[in-house]
Amino acid sequence: MRAIRTARHRAVVLATVAALGAGLLAGCADDGKDEDAASSGNSDGKTTITVGLFGTFGFKEAGLYDEYMKQNPDIQIKETVTERNENYYPALLSHLTQNSGLQDIQGVEVGNIAEITSTQADKLVDLSKYGKKADFLESKWAQGTTKDGKTVALGTDVGPMAICYRKDIFEQAGLPTDREELAKLWEGDWAKFIDVGRDFKKNAPKGVTFMDSPGGLLNAVLSSETEKFYNAEGEVIYKTNPAVKDAFDLTADAASEGLIGKQVQFQPAWDTTIAKGKFAAMSCPPWMLGYIESKSEASSAGKWDVAKAPKAGNWGGSFLAVPKAGKNAEEAAKLAAWLTAPEQQATLFAKRGSFPSAPATYEGEQVRAAKNKMTGDAPIGEIFGDAAKTSPVQVIGPKDQIIQQGLTDNGVILVTKGKSAAQAWSNAIKTIDNNLEK
Amino acid sequence: MPSRHSIAAPPVKGGAAPAGSRPVGSAPEDERQRAKLSRRWQRDLRWSPYAFVAPFFLLFIAFGLFPLLYTGWASLHSVELTAPTDMEWAGLKNFTRIFDDEFFWNAARNTLFIGIVSTVPQLAMAMGIAHLLNYKLRGSTFWRVSMLAPYATSVAAATLVFVLLFGRDYGMINWALDFLGINPVDWQAGWASKIAVSTIVIWRWTGYNALIYLAAMQAIPHDLYESAALDGASRWRQFFHVTLPSLRPTILFTVVVSTIGATQIFGEALLFDASKGASGGSEHDFQTLGLYLYEQGWVNQHLGRASAIAWTMFAILIVIGLVNSVISRRLRTSS
Repeated sequence: MRAIRTARHRAVVLATVAALGAGLLAGCADDGKDEDAASSGNSDGKTTITVGLFGTFGFKEAGLYDEYMKQNPDIQIKETVTERNENYYPALLSHLTQNSGLQDIQGVEVGNIAEITSTQADKLVDLSKYGKKADFLESKWAQGTTKDGKTVALGTDVGPMAICYRKDIFEQAGLPTDREELAKLWEGDWAKFIDVGRDFKKNAPKGVTFMDSPGGLLNAVLSSETEKFYNAEGEVIYKTNPAVKDAFDLTADAASEGLIGKQVQFQPAWDTTIAKGKFAAMSCPPWMLGYIESKSEASSAGKWDVAKAPKAGNWGGSFLAVPKAGKNAEEAAKLAAWLTAPEQQATLFAKRGSFPSAPATYEGEQVRAAKNKMTGDAPIGEIFGDAAKTSPVQVIGPKDQIIQQGLTDNGVILVTKGKSAAQAWSNAIKTIDNNLEK
Repeated sequence: MPSRHSIAAPPVKGGAAPAGSRPVGSAPEDERQRAKLSRRWQRDLRWSPYAFVAPFFLLFIAFGLFPLLYTGWASLHSVELTAPTDMEWAGLKNFTRIFDDEFFWNAARNTLFIGIVSTVPQLAMAMGIAHLLNYKLRGSTFWRVSMLAPYATSVAAATLVFVLLFGRDYGMINWALDFLGINPVDWQAGWASKIAVSTIVIWRWTGYNALIYLAAMQAIPHDLYESAALDGASRWRQFFHVTLPSLRPTILFTVVVSTIGATQIFGEALLFDASKGASGGSEHDFQTLGLYLYEQGWVNQHLGRASAIAWTMFAILIVIGLVNSVISRRLRTSS
């Protein structure tokens, strides 16, 4: 009797525990169900496409969703935005590997695109049937394409770089201020650019450096190379690639000579040097003009100008990818292709300043006639458009970001703190090797 | 202790069930009914506590035990965040490499240094503040609440403000130092950075510990002080010979809690130099163990290595815990 009773007791308790547990699990699972519901359609028969982005793509703000929904009345678009890519991307990766929690369209930053195409391609829809290769810059299309030729991400904006400089400070240092003349001075070689910096230093106003930060210069030089950290076979070559070491040494020399500010980009102190005009030039993609504007006082409007960089390179930009796991993959792919088509990219540039990756737009009025408050009459559309067309088709690798961050933040910045170039290099490669090792 | 057991829960048999109070001469059905009820009560009494504690243990299994074991399993493999299911057996390699991983030991030293520099002055200051707050003061509630304000501030908000204060070129602290004729300090490198990070921890936790000490001080019987005063003890002697000995268990508690907190320092160090993120300074100047673990796992995406670091940290924590308990036992027996 006793044995039976305890057995029954145990059964009762187990049942209770199981019921409680099921309740808990149901509580946990609810989220997933909601998301499924969100992507499968509404009661009124409309298909809802969800878009997961980071930062400010600006599709919604530029009215592109509204326009698409007007053209396709049975489509509804819902957007969720994570502010910072460093929070967005790890979540995207784990959603992709688990095949759950994904939106119908996902944004991908150019720094992560190589990792996505090399490790997650089988989870993504091949978009080559939806987007047109001829519409995009060659390099942009190539970055979103896997080795075996599947295009899993369509390009949105790009960041072709030029040199943004303060006309007033150049003048004070006795340098020419005309953008054509300056571009001639340093054409084709970053070393020539640093030579201009040496001239600048001779008569520079007190406390003002030629460039803003070692990271900015290193990034500009590395971006203009065809191969930097990986070779075409996908091997890590950053330590042996002479282009990388040259770029590092050039930056380190310039830093030790005091041509470069001791700042780290996007830090509060760097923002202050923009506002106070503590440097004369910086390497800048189009989106940087917006950043400069947001950090400057109104009185600096029109004091900046833009000249062609010694060698063109690209900094930043994004992609759209469509996970296969989405319920509306087909509709989502159509939307992604529409959002990245030249007309929409031109609209986005006009309204939000994101520079198009569709070269056809560069001839259009919206890009050609573009002006910026900080740079006055400078024909920025033309300059950046040329830079975009002449930027190299760079080999990018999955760990580019980690390597570049190591070279910058664990490397050249140390030269501004009194370390030698050799010490900085060895600290950087020690850090990078440890970070790359699986 | 035994006396408490008797009130905590009634014995299973008898107890709340009215088994003993059966009226004489009731009908047999009635009796059976009662017996059934009594069985149900007994069952209820016996098993429902388990059901009540079950939610905690289920949550613990899901979010505590399972990750712990899974991390242990992952630490024996080479796994990347890009493909967490794709595990490659690595044996103890992830652990053995830690022995000559200079970044790990650098992080361990940083954690120890920041731990000591933030905990010791923090607790000493907390004690002093508690002593002051223990006097009769005007607006005592105001002082106490303002002591707790830093604790209520989020780590992120506090750290961002401290980053501005500690700025090398435009920070307020260097501005003040300049005023005193001292050269500006680079607060994001070298020893200065470790001290700066410790400052944030001290700022956040001193008030919290002060309130704990204050609560314990107010529980010290007043006649102890009176008799000490009668014996001619000064305020200082009263503090050392009455207050401190009475606070011994509380001090031990705060030391244990602060030690655990110090080994887990993460947010302050992560946000102190946002651009370098998880590397904690250009030369890993203030990278703590928690930060190194995060860097390996989420920035570099090496889940296997990160898991091994987590388990090594766990082992170190156990050692610290043992040392702590040995010391506290010594203290207890010596009193």
